[in-house]
Amino acid sequence: MQTRLEAPVQEPRDAEEAVEVDGVRRRFGDLDVLDGVSLRVRPREVVAVVGPSGCGKTTLLELVCGLQAPDAGTVRAEPAVLMPQRDLLLPWLRAIDNAALAARLAGLGREEARARARPLFAAFGLEGFERARPYELSGGMRQRVAFLRTLLSGKPVLCLDEPFAALDALTRRELRAWLADALVREPRTVLLVTHDVEEAAALADRVVVLSARPARVIAELPVPRPRDEADVLAVRARALEALEA
Amino acid sequence: MIAALVLLALVGGWELYARLGGVSDLILPAPSEVAQALWDDRALLWSNLLVTAQEVALGILVALVLGFALAVALHLSGTLRRSLSPLLVASPAVPVVIIAPLLVVWFGFGIVPKLAIIALVCFFPVVVTTLDALRGVDPDQLKLLRTLDASRWQAFRWAEAPAALPAALSGAKIAVAVAVIGAVFAEYVGSSEGLGHLMLQAIPQLETARAYAAVVLLAAFAVALFGALAAAERRLVPWARRRPAGARRS
Repeated sequence: MQTRLEAPVQEPRDAEEAVEVDGVRRRFGDLDVLDGVSLRVRPREVVAVVGPSGCGKTTLLELVCGLQAPDAGTVRAEPAVLMPQRDLLLPWLRAIDNAALAARLAGLGREEARARARPLFAAFGLEGFERARPYELSGGMRQRVAFLRTLLSGKPVLCLDEPFAALDALTRRELRAWLADALVREPRTVLLVTHDVEEAAALADRVVVLSARPARVIAELPVPRPRDEADVLAVRARALEALEA
Repeated sequence: MIAALVLLALVGGWELYARLGGVSDLILPAPSEVAQALWDDRALLWSNLLVTAQEVALGILVALVLGFALAVALHLSGTLRRSLSPLLVASPAVPVVIIAPLLVVWFGFGIVPKLAIIALVCFFPVVVTTLDALRGVDPDQLKLLRTLDASRWQAFRWAEAPAALPAALSGAKIAVAVAVIGAVFAEYVGSSEGLGHLMLQAIPQLETARAYAAVVLLAAFAVALFGALAAAERRLVPWARRRPAGARRS
């Protein structure tokens, strides 16, 4: 299943890397956004990209998802699906139909698509909310449904763009733990963009730090696994150090 | 409750003015006379109301379907949008009285010219509200659908059309009042039945109260039609009203 593209930046590949971004530049008019960014994500690895606001993190994800083409450099990635900052659930669909959207788009009937989504609702703490409409759900619940929609797309690479930025601090913590747990159950290749360094350190196997615009990679920090509070704080400190340098 | 009081005050004021203001009841009949006419001519009024109601309801339906289709076409094609926009904006400015005779020549005295006139005056608000809704669909939503491998048609089917449907119905609600006026006009020009035709005949027959009774019925029908469209909206697009309650936190 290939992402529909304007330019052929995605090729199916059998190499070791699930995502391979090489010397990518991107500019919008006079604005240099990405200035030679290189990045690799191995299959089933969770890589977090942190950086100051407006440094082009979202652009990077859209390049990986094939929604944009680079001005220079190459992007090679297995088929990737985007989970945007806002849940973007379709208000006219029930939660389960939103989660199963990819299956419907692939041509499955409603019941068949729902049957695929139902087990995940139970597994991910959403049981009983299958028939709810998005406006009946809390922000945290909507974000969970949005994540299920991403997961159920069946694509090997998940691009999460500040998935919890719109939530309050408490819900955010809760969802962070939920996501960590979800990725243990359903391991995927994840490229997570966030401006929250602690979130990055808590979720990722590796934290990539981008500079302010025009963005380049200024640090790559591996996070030990299993990690404890001290590891997270250490990575957080190093990332902040890199950002402030 | 308040609406009832306002109506009562209005009718009361009208009654007083008509009785004490020295206006001939050929010019302005009192509400009591209108009520009398409503009762006395009920069979006549009812049969003509059915004719006009059918014209208006069908005319709005035609406007809704054509307006929605045109809005979609304009949305999908930039060329079409650029070439048709001036015409579209100009269309409701064309006085119906000018083209109505032409429509009668083309389509005769049946229901078709009436539908054409009503649809003509109604489809503009439908097109405008629908087009705005189509263009207002969150671009991020469309991006998301693309990463889920949605085709252009699927993006329309899953995101744009459901967003445009409540807008089209809003357009139709706006169109209700002009639709009724359009129907009366159409009947003035060439018709042998309907409330417009009835009014046209009542005035020279010095049956002003009957004409006013027809107006009351038309107004009541407009209110009922508006309510029916609102009910259809609640039924067809239950999510649209709940949007504010489910306001996004971002």
